[in-house]
Amino acid sequence: MQPDFIGIEELVWERLSLIPDPEVPVISILDLGVVRKVRYDGNTLEIVITPTYTGCPAMSLFVAEIKAAMHDQGFDEVEIKTVYSPPWTTDWLSPVAKEKLRQYGIAPPVKDIDPDNPFALAPVIPCPRCDSEDTKLISQFGATACKSLYSCNSCKEPFEYFKHF
Amino acid sequence: MDTQQALFQYCLRLGDTNLILGHRLSEMCSRGPMLEEDIALTNFALDHIGQAEALLKYAGEVEGKGRSEDDLSYLRPVEEFCNWRLVEQPNTDFAFVIARQFMVDVYQCLFYQKLQKSNNEILAGMAGRFLKESIYHQRHTSAWVQRLGLGTAESHRRIQKAFNDLWKHTPEMLSAKPNEKMLVDYGIAPDPEELALDWTVQVIRVITQSGLRRPADGFVESYTAHTEHLGHLLAEMQYLQRAYPGAKW
Repeated sequence: MQPDFIGIEELVWERLSLIPDPEVPVISILDLGVVRKVRYDGNTLEIVITPTYTGCPAMSLFVAEIKAAMHDQGFDEVEIKTVYSPPWTTDWLSPVAKEKLRQYGIAPPVKDIDPDNPFALAPVIPCPRCDSEDTKLISQFGATACKSLYSCNSCKEPFEYFKHF
Repeated sequence: MDTQQALFQYCLRLGDTNLILGHRLSEMCSRGPMLEEDIALTNFALDHIGQAEALLKYAGEVEGKGRSEDDLSYLRPVEEFCNWRLVEQPNTDFAFVIARQFMVDVYQCLFYQKLQKSNNEILAGMAGRFLKESIYHQRHTSAWVQRLGLGTAESHRRIQKAFNDLWKHTPEMLSAKPNEKMLVDYGIAPDPEELALDWTVQVIRVITQSGLRRPADGFVESYTAHTEHLGHLLAEMQYLQRAYPGAKW
């Protein structure tokens, strides 16, 4: 009997949805939208990913965690391929993921950069705790490459903003 | 020279400029004027090294001799590096680091915006990715140019001096490179002349808004050699692979 590869691929997707993002554990790597394709040919399992951020140190961790999870599932031959095109964008974050981020205290990405107008000014980022729009940028670059640091003038809490990419 | 060779050289140039700038920025780690800025500069370093990694990996594939991005970074002698001389200049003070970075950021914003439309899909994809990083960089450094230019007499003096000192490297940065024309004609590379014009307009706009003067043009060096600083930088960057060939961890 032919093994059901489609069923196996679905199982892989399901297993991937359980792997948390190493930096923001409330969302999974599937929520993040880095996995582009899963293919199994009966021997080798191929998983195609797109890096969120060019120099993201979490990428090698993603690869290691995906490999470990798949080995646990009994796949011996796991190949992880990286593709850059089309480039990853925060638009691939699911609405659920954005809400999870906000509840975690990280302001989710809004369209704050315009590739057609790179010299435009940054818009207001609302506070994830009190929704106030009276916030200020502390630093464009935060604890991880994908986040900026803000503080809220209303509730006085500092918060992180997941940048728009 | 065929297109593949020209493309290899092209990617090498883009990769090297990012790699060397990334290394210079990594030298700022623990030397930023404040914690946030230290983090920002090392984030910049990470972005540029990430861009270099992707570009040099692709360069190696185009070349087809089996050289990886690591081989190209760690095992080439200084004469084979083709980064802009602007980015190999040693860090002096914070104003210098910001001025140099600002000049590169504006360039990369404009360049990646155009490269996104390249008919080389791999380069176009990378450019789309890198552009978003460059926009954040540019926002950050433009704000600093303004802050330093309109700040105290001392900050104004330092940022003006930084631009004056760096300006001599702009002709090299903005000129068309050997065999680039071929790639422009094929729709692979953006036209460097157009870029040079846009870059000048944008940079002068921010410099003027910051109460600074446009440095004098006219000092054009020959483009054939690197400044002596690159050799020193490589001696440090490549040390491990030179001392322990093939070392891994």
